Amino acid sequence: MCGIVGLLIKDPSAGDSLGKLLLPMFECMAERGPDSAGLAVFNAPAPGAQRRYSLFFPGGAFDWQQLARAFTAQTGKPCEVRCQANHAVLLADVEPAELKAWLDECDPAPYLLSAGRSMDVYKDEGHPAVIARQYRFDQLAGSHCVGHTRMATESAVSPAHAHPFTAGEDFCLVHNGSLSNPYMLRRKLEAEGLTFETDNDTEAACRWIEWRMRQGEGLDQALHSAATELDGFYTLLMATAGQLTLVRDAFACKPAVVAETPGYVAIASEFRSLAHLPGIEEADIFEPLPEEIYSWKR
Amino acid sequence: METLTSDRELVRLDLASLGVRRLNHYLHHELPRTGARRVEIVNPAGQHNIAVGLDCPVQVDVRGHGGYFLAGMNKQAQVTVDGNVGWSVAENMMSGSVRVRGNASQCAGASAHGGLLVIEGNAASRCGISMKGCDIVVGGNVGHVSAFMAQAGRLLVCGDAGTGLGDSLYEAVIYVGGRIQGLGADAREEPMTAEDLEQAAELLRRAGLAGDPRRFKRVASARTLYHWNADAHQEY
Repeated sequence: MCGIVGLLIKDPSAGDSLGKLLLPMFECMAERGPDSAGLAVFNAPAPGAQRRYSLFFPGGAFDWQQLARAFTAQTGKPCEVRCQANHAVLLADVEPAELKAWLDECDPAPYLLSAGRSMDVYKDEGHPAVIARQYRFDQLAGSHCVGHTRMATESAVSPAHAHPFTAGEDFCLVHNGSLSNPYMLRRKLEAEGLTFETDNDTEAACRWIEWRMRQGEGLDQALHSAATELDGFYTLLMATAGQLTLVRDAFACKPAVVAETPGYVAIASEFRSLAHLPGIEEADIFEPLPEEIYSWKR
Repeated sequence: METLTSDRELVRLDLASLGVRRLNHYLHHELPRTGARRVEIVNPAGQHNIAVGLDCPVQVDVRGHGGYFLAGMNKQAQVTVDGNVGWSVAENMMSGSVRVRGNASQCAGASAHGGLLVIEGNAASRCGISMKGCDIVVGGNVGHVSAFMAQAGRLLVCGDAGTGLGDSLYEAVIYVGGRIQGLGADAREEPMTAEDLEQAAELLRRAGLAGDPRRFKRVASARTLYHWNADAHQEY
């Protein structure tokens, strides 16, 4: 099954309410996906040339400050780390490839969840309501976010296999559905030099779309190419620093509902996830049409 | 049973405090003994399975949006929803009626045997899939592959129909007032007879919708898939 949620706050001064509005949406969708969950949240870009990296290490006992000290000592670059439970955001002026190579040498090595200037990604194994509490989703501020509650039907249940998946910088994707040809996509992308973190079908879709964008296509164009390449069922919700984008497969096999008011755009697998949002009575509520690309800019 | 209002005629129930399981238990086992004629359900909040399996002649009004399977398996009851509904409203309905004042998601009236389903707004894909004798009237449009494998009954669509309309149709009949984006395998447009005009007028009247029956087109099965054709070399 799986549940997806997305929320974009239109009023820049109301970004503090993002987490509070999101939490009941996210917890409601736990019924569609109780085994693991994740969330990507977008905020103002990191200052200067800094990038934001979301890191994960299971068990809750990782010494993130020690990691930050080691990073500065070994690279000569200042950095800042903000940690919560199994997760930390590391801010530093460092290229993603350089950071990834450095992390791979660490022992123990934390898992790199995301790279970018505006995006933080949280994901973990367990019930979504527990994960939301653990990472204080209700406290999160930002312009927009996408979340996912997973009921695994193919690859393993693990934090790495949870959604959102990310590729490149400030791009993430959540998926409700299943793909029948992810290995075909992988082989094509591996021939182009891309590498994969997991054997999950959604990761193949995420990397395909991001790869097309790096070839110069816009997100819409990349989704048109994905529609001819991806075989399977999908409702895909994607986010970049500037927008939320939603698309369903040609058969509209997997559900999605959108509610738009002057204050926000909210997306969920089912309406009950949106029922408690303020102003929902006056919202424009609709089901996205198959193969139609819907985008909302921040 | 705690109710917000209860007189001999009307029972008002708050789903936010009751929960769906308790609500349905009340509707199945307690309501028929009370003699109440009308039930009003407030705060439905898009929950699934509201008022499924009813089997008594009661009027049920849902004040807000419902989730999946609303009024599924309905017998006798007259259910009205002041809002939208999710997947499979009135699925497998046997008799009575269900009226949705907003839009319905996919599979509205799926495999319903009898009764009348009215969607005043639009219905998404697969409306009337495998319907087996019910009548469905949609005030707006229907999505793709509506009336797929529909066996009996009538689907009347005032607006447009999506692609694959009536794919693999059996003996159900479809009337469309607007544009048909595409017909499914073995579905064909046929001339409206005097009887069809009467049928369309009757459906509009029962649904309480205005409209001229003469603007509707009839879609029915060409019946070419009814029998195995060895000469077709499995080309269909």
